[in-house]
Amino acid sequence: MKKKELILVAAILAVALALWAGMTFLHGGEGGSIRITVDGEEYGTWPLSKDEVIEIGDTNVCEIKDGEANMIGAECPDHLCMYQGPVGASGGMIVCLPNRVIIEVVREDKEVEIDGVAQ
Amino acid sequence: MRNDEYYKIAYMGLFTALASILGYVESLIPVFIGIPGVKLGLANLAVLFILIRYSWKEAALVSMARILIIGALFGSLFSIAYSTAGAALSLAVMALLAKKKDFSVIFISIAGGVTHNIGQLIIAVWLMESISVVYYAPALLVSGVVTGVLIGLLTTELLKRIRF
Repeated sequence: MKKKELILVAAILAVALALWAGMTFLHGGEGGSIRITVDGEEYGTWPLSKDEVIEIGDTNVCEIKDGEANMIGAECPDHLCMYQGPVGASGGMIVCLPNRVIIEVVREDKEVEIDGVAQ
Repeated sequence: MRNDEYYKIAYMGLFTALASILGYVESLIPVFIGIPGVKLGLANLAVLFILIRYSWKEAALVSMARILIIGALFGSLFSIAYSTAGAALSLAVMALLAKKKDFSVIFISIAGGVTHNIGQLIIAVWLMESISVVYYAPALLVSGVVTGVLIGLLTTELLKRIRF
């Protein structure tokens, strides 16, 4: 590879690092609760402090345990969402693409702009 | 038709078949990172090869054919939508870079891998009706670079070894 190409690749990696740092900063901090979104619409919000098993429609099952949320059931064939967790106070999210379910950690003190719903 | 036209048709068929079976092989490899959209992109090996050897038209045909074949056999309408978005964007970028004749195959492959993931991310934002999936952008960018390097190295070797 030429020097010009290496610089471009380094730039891509730098953008990735900047995005990651930015989002860790936005999502980080005390994660008070999780918000579950289905099909772009809010399904509900649950506190991470209370152990609970949440049925999301007929398709997915989410479990909150020890301050962390995990997808423990999904009827889709690949079960990718079940390997993504758990998510807890450090932020993060679990996405189930086939059923269009999103579980994300939200901070209680302020709403983060990136969590808005695109219309 | 001239003789090399026959060769071209035969090789395009061969590489469509190769891309399809590589797509299947890929679905057997477990996704260890647990991030949707992260995969090796083995099928891009065949598409990139055809792009460098012939032109974007042949590459687009091979790419379209393998998306429909893989989608119909192992995927769903959803996975076809994701693949098409990624493949179209990545092929457009790779074709532009290849036309300049100033970039190495490895770099073209990296650009293809990264833009493939960006295309899928855009479709994900649209289908999920949520901007939150952008959370995966850093991981998808890095994985695009890593798999792009691997596929680029493989394609460079293939181009050296297969002559017709």
